[in-house]
Amino acid sequence: MVTVTNKPIDSYLRVDRMPHIWCAGCGIGLATSCFIRGIERAGLDLDKIALVSGIGCTGRVAGYVKLDSFHTTHGRALPFATGLKLGNPELKVVVFSGDGDLAAIGGNHLIHSARRNIDITVICINNFNYGMTGGQMGPTTPLEARSTTSPYGNFEHPFNLPYLVAASGATYVARWTVLHLRQLERSIAEALAKPGFSFIEVLSPCPTVYGRMNKRARGLDEMHYYQEKSVIRNGADPKDTDISLDGPIVVGKFVDIKRPTLWDYRRQVLDRTLQKKKA
Amino acid sequence: MNGDEACAEGAISAGCCFFAGYPITPATEIAERMSKRLPQVEGIFIQMEDEIASMNAVLGASWAGVKAMTATSGPGFSLMMENLGLGVMLETPCVLVDVQRAGPSTGLPTLVGQGDMMQARWGSHGSYEIIALVPSSPQEIFDLTITAFNLSEKYRVPVLIMSDEAVGHMSEKVVVRQVAPDDLVARKRPRVAPEKYQPYKPDKDLVPPMAIAGEGYHFHVTGLTHDERGYPEMTAEAQDRLVRRLSDKIRLNKRDIIKYEEVSTEDAQVIVCAYGITARIARRAVQQARDEGIRAGLLRPITIWPFPEERVRALAKQVKAFIVPEINYGQIVFEVERCAGSKAKTILVPNMGGAVHLPQTILEAIREAAK
Ligand SMILES: Cc1ncc(C[n+]2csc(CCOP(=O)(O)OP(=O)(O)O)c2C)c(N)n1
Ligand code: SF4
Ligand SMILES: [Mg+2]
Repeated sequence: MVTVTNKPIDSYLRVDRMPHIWCAGCGIGLATSCFIRGIERAGLDLDKIALVSGIGCTGRVAGYVKLDSFHTTHGRALPFATGLKLGNPELKVVVFSGDGDLAAIGGNHLIHSARRNIDITVICINNFNYGMTGGQMGPTTPLEARSTTSPYGNFEHPFNLPYLVAASGATYVARWTVLHLRQLERSIAEALAKPGFSFIEVLSPCPTVYGRMNKRARGLDEMHYYQEKSVIRNGADPKDTDISLDGPIVVGKFVDIKRPTLWDYRRQVLDRTLQKKKA
Repeated sequence: MNGDEACAEGAISAGCCFFAGYPITPATEIAERMSKRLPQVEGIFIQMEDEIASMNAVLGASWAGVKAMTATSGPGFSLMMENLGLGVMLETPCVLVDVQRAGPSTGLPTLVGQGDMMQARWGSHGSYEIIALVPSSPQEIFDLTITAFNLSEKYRVPVLIMSDEAVGHMSEKVVVRQVAPDDLVARKRPRVAPEKYQPYKPDKDLVPPMAIAGEGYHFHVTGLTHDERGYPEMTAEAQDRLVRRLSDKIRLNKRDIIKYEEVSTEDAQVIVCAYGITARIARRAVQQARDEGIRAGLLRPITIWPFPEERVRALAKQVKAFIVPEINYGQIVFEVERCAGSKAKTILVPNMGGAVHLPQTILEAIREAAK
């Protein structure tokens, strides 16, 4: 058992893999630090945490944390994590991945994981585009936003992720930006402690591709946008939290409910039926 | 019991504790049997949202330290291919059963086919080696499922069982045996302290010991090309080292992996090379040919990948022709032809699927070849 104290963040990272691949001004590193502080705050045994990522700039988080960590395939972090968790229910399983990974190619797994209420925490970096492949539109790209595959402006409605996962059955849903470091850290700790499917959306600048195409080419530009337009509304109804290109961003903890987890129900049903058979 | 059920029982006897799957004819009975049996042995059954998820859940479970399996048929097999490759790359022991039906596409969902034999070999992208076994009876699928788990644990590679609708749905007597612990292979575990552990540092046999999640090794694994520490390394040299080893750990151990059965091959002039359900029919045809005084024999690959090429090469020196009946328009026939070279003729007896061959059809091919 490793007891966590406020050690320097480096001690949780694979320093032999630095420098990391993320661009200057990218928000993924900030979110990763919050994640580390979040596991400290939650007082978790580091030996029992497994982190699973898909593919993308965010997917690289798995390669930098000094935890049992899995860099899987695009979109498939959640089903991989599902196997890990069911194979060893003692593990605290975290999925850390991008908006495209979790909501486009992996969208089906996202809603079904929430529906099952499997005990997994998801941290989703939403940078409104596919960073890794050079800035294409994705399922969270706001209407009118430009990307390399929506050069005239996006004309597809985006997902509102908190609304989607809440409707699918998640027990804990929050949204923060990488400007809200303290809140994000606290939220991660809460989500980790919460039984069931917890989901935190983290809005995060991608100055290199999304920013460049949408007049926020410096990391700070996006941060200014977050600062100006974020409104904290804990308990907001997720359906009222849509994001538009330059509009307000509702952040906060939206859902924190109790619902039997997949494991709880499984136990309950099997205990009842298998016991009956034996009797 | 039928072949599907026998497969499930074989898995339980092999110590399989995890099954993830998605219903598909003619493999559904495996999932159904597992959903009933696993809870009785403290195992986990989960029906996933699709076959992509099933394959990934199986990989995840294997990394949690349990023996894991999925089962599907053609359409689902196609969906599993990308992550079968992840299994190969991460060196993840697991078993994937394909109860083949006739394709392409939805094809004949309830009827027999053997059209996924090459997909089994090459279905995922990139260069790799895989192990695939082909059962021809319910009893054999029971036994081979145990073998499949053993091979996957030993070589840290997903092992495929290429069953078919006929074997899956035929009911025969199956002896469900307990397997002695000594006859079950468990993956090699790390023998060094976590600080010293390198997830992809192989032993002499080219297979690295495997840590599992939750034991304090704090390892990283990735589908990217990686070095012995498991860290991504984006160079042609790293690629060469890794891909070579992933393939060689199978290639250099062919002797241990490859199994086949021969019937009356010693003096045979014509050898039928058939696998799965088709081998049972071929056996009849070979017997009938013998009754007519034709020196016919049967070579039945049980391991289809890696292909028993040495044996085919050796037999090619003695025979006039190989007859290859299969329920597709020619797949394994190309392997036989490659190994036979110019030494012996190779004759395909195709069948597009939906029904098995008639013994008569194979017999006629034997007669023709013996002339
Ligand atoms: C099956 C498959 N399709 C496409 C890709 C190419 N690809 C890699 S990352 C990526 C998108 C990543 O976007 P996101 O998940 O939002 O992560 P980000 O890079 O923005 O953090 C895509 C399409 C892939 N690796 N695999
Ligand atoms: S491309 Fe965007 S998301 Fe990717 S590292 Fe650069 S800034 Fe971050
Ligand atoms: Mg993204």
